[in-house]
Amino acid sequence: MTRKRRRIYVIGGFMLIFATAAALVLTAFEENIVFFYSPTDLAQKLKQEPFPPNRRLRIGGLVEEGSIRRAPDGLTVEFRVTDTVEVISVRFRGITPDIFGEGQGVVAEGSMAADGVFVASEVLAKHDETYMPKEVAEALKKAGQWQGEKNEQRTE
Amino acid sequence: MSMHYFANPTHFTRLAGRIQQWAGGLAAGLLIAGLYLALVVAPADYQQGETVRIMFVHVPSAWMALFCYSFLAVASAVALIWKHPLADMAAKASAPIGAGFTFLALVTGSLWGKPMWGTWWVWDARLTSVLILFFLYLGYMALWQAIEDSQKAAKAAAVLALVGAVNVPIIKFSVDWWNTLHQPASVLRMDGPAIHPSMLWPLLVMALAFKAYFVTLLLARMRMELNLRRIRALRLADRTS
Repeated sequence: MTRKRRRIYVIGGFMLIFATAAALVLTAFEENIVFFYSPTDLAQKLKQEPFPPNRRLRIGGLVEEGSIRRAPDGLTVEFRVTDTVEVISVRFRGITPDIFGEGQGVVAEGSMAADGVFVASEVLAKHDETYMPKEVAEALKKAGQWQGEKNEQRTE
Repeated sequence: MSMHYFANPTHFTRLAGRIQQWAGGLAAGLLIAGLYLALVVAPADYQQGETVRIMFVHVPSAWMALFCYSFLAVASAVALIWKHPLADMAAKASAPIGAGFTFLALVTGSLWGKPMWGTWWVWDARLTSVLILFFLYLGYMALWQAIEDSQKAAKAAAVLALVGAVNVPIIKFSVDWWNTLHQPASVLRMDGPAIHPSMLWPLLVMALAFKAYFVTLLLARMRMELNLRRIRALRLADRTS
């Protein structure tokens, strides 16, 4: 075996070991790496063990169609977050991002209140990976080809 | 022409100088065309409006951040295995360029995040792993500076580069493996691009411009490094004679 060949094996071996180690660490910490729980994740967690009140967490999904209700004070907004399987009601007092709306992706940070409503202290809008001009979007909607925020619907 | 032909600095410098000129001209032309297409010709997005134009700088920067690191890692592996004299130099020269692109991706991403997501920064898997990439570049450059003996520095830096290479696939697939605020890939994905051709073309022109700019800077930095080494050798010869 030439020295070059030996170096290739040594470096390749080390890279393989290191990549495996990294994969194991990331798998172990998966719970902490996810940025938000989907409503289904949260329902499963609640089934396993009741949450201590005031535990901070983030939930994410789609704002359910027809679910946004704004209070007369102009600041409080209530809506439901869905992943098409489970639904969570959210209450938020503050300014929502511009693209926040029904059918849109959303990530909310807060905690579960005693009445089962998720009280958010921060609401972020999540947009998907599709980009197109307005006219194309309208044409697609008219033709019934609109698929909306389809990437949001994956439930893991 | 073997790989060792360019181990001769004179051969390399001559060819590199010529390519650098062409690449520089190409980068300038593509950048002007790309910016015009991106800022004037491309339509506003149905959802994001005019803000979407940040994408035409952000996405190519992010691609280059990953591309430069992949280049750096491959050059480091070649340097460790085949001991080609230009490989170390190519790796060393590409680091500040990659760090610059990463910085640009982080800054434009932040500027884009505020109006769209409603926040400058979140610690989701994509953003965090790109920040780690930025620190890897800085650490790589610092390591070169920290070790006096350039041969030892090259070896240590190459090992660091290869260890950090694990981060590259993590960045790419972070949006698929974990829930993130950052959206998944629009162009390099299984079902084909999810971006309308009227926006895809300006994006690709910008990406090519950035790539040509990378080649220009890389060759300029490598020639500079060669000249520095030559000066050092001349000084050393002067002192000993």
